[in-house]
Amino acid sequence: MTNVNSKKTDLLLRRKFRLGEFLAENVIRSVSFVSFAIIVLIFVFVFRETSQIFYPKDSTISEQYLQSESYGDIPEEGEAQTEQYGSLLKEKVDVADIENLTGKDWQPVGEKPKYGLLPLFIGSLKVTLMAILFGAPIAIFAAIYSALFAPKKIREFIKPTIELLASFPSVVIGFFALVTLATIFQDLFGTTYRLNAFVGGFAMALAVIPIVYTITEDSLVAVPKYYSEASLALGATNWQTAFFVILPAATPGIFAALLLGFGRAFGETMIVLMATGNAPISSINPFEPVRTLSATIGAEMAEVVFGDMHYSVLFLIGSLLFIVTFLINAVAEFYVRAKLMKKFRGE
Amino acid sequence: MNNKYLGKSIVIFSFVATIMIVVSIVYMVSEMYLNGKDYLTWEFLTEAPTKGMTAGGIFPAIVGTVLLVILMSIACVPLGTITAIYLNEYSNKKSIITKMIRFAVNTLAGIPSIVFGLFGLGFFIQFVGSGMDNVFSEPGQIQWGQPNILWASMTMAFLTIPIVIVSVEETLKSVPDELRAGSLALGATKWQTIKKIVIPNSISGILTGAILAIGRGAGEVAPILFTGAAYFLPYTPTQLTDQFMNLGYHIYVMATQSTDVEATKGIQYATAFILLACTFFLSFIAIIIRYRFRKKINI
Repeated sequence: MTNVNSKKTDLLLRRKFRLGEFLAENVIRSVSFVSFAIIVLIFVFVFRETSQIFYPKDSTISEQYLQSESYGDIPEEGEAQTEQYGSLLKEKVDVADIENLTGKDWQPVGEKPKYGLLPLFIGSLKVTLMAILFGAPIAIFAAIYSALFAPKKIREFIKPTIELLASFPSVVIGFFALVTLATIFQDLFGTTYRLNAFVGGFAMALAVIPIVYTITEDSLVAVPKYYSEASLALGATNWQTAFFVILPAATPGIFAALLLGFGRAFGETMIVLMATGNAPISSINPFEPVRTLSATIGAEMAEVVFGDMHYSVLFLIGSLLFIVTFLINAVAEFYVRAKLMKKFRGE
Repeated sequence: MNNKYLGKSIVIFSFVATIMIVVSIVYMVSEMYLNGKDYLTWEFLTEAPTKGMTAGGIFPAIVGTVLLVILMSIACVPLGTITAIYLNEYSNKKSIITKMIRFAVNTLAGIPSIVFGLFGLGFFIQFVGSGMDNVFSEPGQIQWGQPNILWASMTMAFLTIPIVIVSVEETLKSVPDELRAGSLALGATKWQTIKKIVIPNSISGILTGAILAIGRGAGEVAPILFTGAAYFLPYTPTQLTDQFMNLGYHIYVMATQSTDVEATKGIQYATAFILLACTFFLSFIAIIIRYRFRKKINI
């Protein structure tokens, strides 16, 4: 008796097979892997082009890749150029070994190309640190104001306005730095070079501010209410609570904000390409022109011969940027997850 | 006494920092507008550059940018939406696969845009494009294996996928579980619930995601530097294998590589203002949609 009953309910509860649904759900499942696939593809293809530094292709294969850039060129012209470049390649001594890559000179064009990444690295670091130095304090204080001090009405106006800065295209910020900031700073400081690391760093601060602001603001707001209520109940004033209770509680978030800002500035291209003067000089003087890693790719990739050593070195720089920002993001995320979230859950 | 002043000064200082940011935004926008306003005419928007780029309008650049973001959205909006639906509706939050996808999305959002450009060059042009040429084109002819609008927009789509995912997920999360439970309790299957209940309720998120992605795609220059943008073209692109002009790239080349930078200052400012106005307009719409949505949810 019971057996029959259970069979009946079994029939009732069994799900009808619907082909459309089956297909739709599987499409969703497989499509969601796309972003993972993209990461793998980026990793594979950027490193594939880089690897030619260490395992140069034999000439028969690389001939295929010897096409000149064709921006605006007429195709017929390209063929003639290919031959020209081809003969040039055979003559020059073009190796990018460790010694060459760690050198102090970046002269990728010439009889004996020098691919020293040191000046580029210093340039990137210089601009990035300056951007953080100018941008971070302003962004953090602005976040403190809008999260802790501002009346609700003003806060609702400030937050979207500052976040609007994030939607500024970097080419517009770069343009602003190139035509306006550079002139202002030259008049102000009387520098020899109109475009220099200082101008680039200052402009970059404009790109870093919205990131640092948003994440800092979020982590300040995320601090549980009872922290501040307890502090206020003990007689602390508003700003004492803000500074000695809420701010310390949100430090992991602020640290993550700084890291992400650093990552953004390190990889940003258009601003530095337009505003830093692009001279590969290794010095610590902030008023000298610099050339950053990202700007080097942006400036030289269009003129390089595909498959050339110079081309591979530019991809190497891309891989470096990829690795650095990857590590920075991983640390920031791990740090926030591990510290901030645990703390607030009271674990 | 001292403490009181310290407190006051901290509040004032944080207020000043806020004002500084707002002022710099206003200053930048007004600088672009005031210096470029003489050029902001209807002709400027609808004519091609003339006299070796020193006069005329920016029409081809506008068309190129619009085509770029359209092609980009066709790729990135469905991909991003579906990924967000999977992450929020189907996946087991603790499974390794979910964690992998999430990690990939976060990483993707942090990769510098110039690396996407390199990737587009190495993958789309050198690998996919050359492969397609080997199969489809006549021997020796290069049709796909060179920079064009298709590869540029695909590169841009990869860059903007995380923006769509984050935005769609935000609204998916705010769809109340009671709605899902109600639908399931009435006998609807999971897919029917998603199709009829979850997606219609998160249309605003998909829209916001698309708008934000378009705003980003319109302004980003680094990924298209060597995947398809052209300095000057006498025609607007009609095929996927054509190169295109782009507003951001136009500003960059006019300001740094033009033969007569001073003579074209006004055009540069005006172009920058147009680009700014477009991205502002887009993010403004996104903010409004979001604001309305939050209001709806709160009621």
